[in-house]
Amino acid sequence: MINPDSVGRTFKGVEHVTVTQEQIDSFAAVIGETNTEVAPPTFSIRISLSQYESILTQPEIGVDWTRLVHGDQKFEIFRPIVAGDVFTCSATIETLRVAAGNEIISVRSDLHNGSELVVTAWSTLVVRG
Amino acid sequence: MVNFGGARMIEIGTTLPEKVFYIDRALLKAYADASGDQNPIHQDEAFAVSVGLPNVISHGMLTMALAGKYVSDWAGGSAHVHEFSARFIKPVIVPAGEKTDLTVVATVTEVDGNTVKLDITATSAGVKVLGMAKAVVVK
Repeated sequence: MINPDSVGRTFKGVEHVTVTQEQIDSFAAVIGETNTEVAPPTFSIRISLSQYESILTQPEIGVDWTRLVHGDQKFEIFRPIVAGDVFTCSATIETLRVAAGNEIISVRSDLHNGSELVVTAWSTLVVRG
Repeated sequence: MVNFGGARMIEIGTTLPEKVFYIDRALLKAYADASGDQNPIHQDEAFAVSVGLPNVISHGMLTMALAGKYVSDWAGGSAHVHEFSARFIKPVIVPAGEKTDLTVVATVTEVDGNTVKLDITATSAGVKVLGMAKAVVVK
């Protein structure tokens, strides 16, 4: 079970994540995007999902990553991501509810380059019971 | 109605041209490597079946990334996409040796200056796979 005390709390990611041109190029290639001056709109999930995994699986929160299904996703992109961006990523647990034996957790991820907020992403993650 | 200085006029209710993407196992492997999501349900058929899935399924975020490409192309590039959201309502099933379609179309729902809101429909094998899929683009 997810610790209900974690709702409303913001957890800091453990490391700085540097975006490289190679990462943007490989993500763009998969979807057939040839302009790689900026990252495709969903690129930041690459950062958010790995940060969620390291944050949400901590014992004090207790998400079982092996039972996780992605329910929905939203991005608000304040400016496009470019190579050389160095992000810190926080995860805020906005809501937690239980439905049909599944735990449904809504998490907001804020990606900052220094003090600049570049992308906010919201994810609904379903931990199957 | 908004005139963007060229021939293009955008009105509420306009349906944009449909585009079909194709997803195969090689694309799933490429997306796994590009995104870091190596969950075996997207690559290993025996594993996928063992957890109750009909076959290997696409990453929901790959489906969304392709829908994002559709939106970017219409908007004039990735930099024009300001908001993008979707719900993963049905899996895109990707059998070995086959190419599964992802058919994407969108309708204009709001126009405010250069800001355009779109409702996106994405289907695979005739089944709607994304729900509540919306984007806000600034042309």
